[in-house]
Amino acid sequence: MRKAGLNAIYELAKEDKDIVFIGSDLGVDTLKEFKDTLPNQFFMEGVSEGHMVGMAAGMAHAGATVYINTIATFLTRRALDQIVVNLCLDNAKVRLYGNGGGLVYGPLGATHTALEDLSLLSAIPNMTVLAPSDSVEMIDLIKESKDFPGPIYIRLGKGGEKVLSKAGTAKIGKAFFDKHSKSEGKVLICTTGVMRQRAVLVREFLEKESIFVDILHNHTIKPLDTNSILTTAANYELVITLEENVPNGGLGQQIGCLLLENNICPKKFIRLSLPDEFPQEYARQEEMFLTLGLDPESVASRIKELYV
Amino acid sequence: MEKGFLNQKSFEIRNKVLDIFSYGNRGHIPSAFSIVETLTTLYYQYVDIEKIKNNSEDRDRIILSKGHGCLSLYSILHDHDLIKEDDLKTYCRPGSVLGGHPTKGKIVGIEASTGSLGLGPSVAVGMATELKRKGSPAEVFVLVGDGEINEGSVWEALLSVGNKDLDNFTIIVDYNKYQSYSSTEEVCDLDPLKQKLEAFKLKTFEVDMINEPESLLLCLQEKVSIPKAIICHSIKGQGSKLLEGNLHWHHKSYLSSEEVEKVRSSLKKRQL
Repeated sequence: MRKAGLNAIYELAKEDKDIVFIGSDLGVDTLKEFKDTLPNQFFMEGVSEGHMVGMAAGMAHAGATVYINTIATFLTRRALDQIVVNLCLDNAKVRLYGNGGGLVYGPLGATHTALEDLSLLSAIPNMTVLAPSDSVEMIDLIKESKDFPGPIYIRLGKGGEKVLSKAGTAKIGKAFFDKHSKSEGKVLICTTGVMRQRAVLVREFLEKESIFVDILHNHTIKPLDTNSILTTAANYELVITLEENVPNGGLGQQIGCLLLENNICPKKFIRLSLPDEFPQEYARQEEMFLTLGLDPESVASRIKELYV
Repeated sequence: MEKGFLNQKSFEIRNKVLDIFSYGNRGHIPSAFSIVETLTTLYYQYVDIEKIKNNSEDRDRIILSKGHGCLSLYSILHDHDLIKEDDLKTYCRPGSVLGGHPTKGKIVGIEASTGSLGLGPSVAVGMATELKRKGSPAEVFVLVGDGEINEGSVWEALLSVGNKDLDNFTIIVDYNKYQSYSSTEEVCDLDPLKQKLEAFKLKTFEVDMINEPESLLLCLQEKVSIPKAIICHSIKGQGSKLLEGNLHWHHKSYLSSEEVEKVRSSLKKRQL
């Protein structure tokens, strides 16, 4: 996903000299061809995320569309004031491309796990927040981002995700409804980011129990596709939100409030997310999901218990 | 340009600062006063104000990173017909486009929202980078306070710009020697400031803005091939016998009209 997105940025830059890229001391040879062929559009700053965001804002104010990339935790937390003031208040056309969303960097510890990036960035006026589920969706959204106004945050997964999306279908602000061929309109999982991948596995587990799950995937967390959520969720008995983010300010909280405000009350509404605590272990992403009961099998068991 | 111009114009700008303050009864008068000569030099003697008025892509950009000094900026932009008198009268009041810190997009000439200290330099580096990339002759000036450069973000920006071939970037430090709590020497001593800036690979000048503010123009006009820093030695509350060096005025708000007039009567011109 990361490479696909970076290559998509490179493709955009080839077509438009006002598109520039800034990295913050990225890995050796990252976007080497970009640097070699478009040196005037490629910048590598030091380990200074706050500066990089401010610099990107200045370039945007002078006419550039700026894609910036580093590890999500440092990009969002270290540079939060610059994001609020330089990007959001001044509505700068800057795209934050954040590596390692959620628990991707679990083995490296809590300094590197982006537990709350979706909440933090969703809370800021003018910010658009994206979390694609696979490389194809990522490429679509990068293409969409070219002419989209204002700042955008894009959360990345680990990479190597199964391709679930069809090219050319993802539009910023529009949720994707994936209806099971045998849907009974009973169970709906609302996902964001790579949790869509896990929801598909949950569906496969439950198919064996003759429980057929529909999925509403929200690659855009802000602005949330409220129309699709309301019209879809209104028909279901069990609505589950599934996200790799802390509970406060995440997808589940937003959808829960949205449904309540519109008098839509499924028989059961379950919010599945990372807990409101720092990781208690150093472990791989999937291992941590096992510990937290967020692995597909555990989620499927939980839904089975609730299904009547 | 003759010395009398800067002297007279600065006196007028300070008078207008007091007018604007009294409309909203909020703001940082001493921080605004210490940058009057600096901003006056930039806006009246150096940049092409018509390009700023026309929002030309090739306009020089001035970022007031010490946003709390905005009363002087408003006063100057008003004098250049970029802010209407009616807007000044709503300063810090409901419906106003002018507040205690400047916001981009509401007034032509305000290039970045500021108020959170230390953010302007990186934005200026970005503007200078992009203008240079586009082949524009425009220059970028960022004015920071001395207390402001306690912020690490300023030094991140300077570390970056010192390694760039940006002869269109100038950082100006308003070195009025006081920050909120006390003297800069007591709170966080900056000296040797010139050597620090030079160590960051900026061509660094020092100007005595109290006795020889005219020399700032010469520093601005000097062409160098690397980013530039200008340390402007000033006094907090400069130009007012009552305010100069009196820290208790830094956060003073809600002045009575009598107090405002007391400050006005304390305004002075330099002896030329």
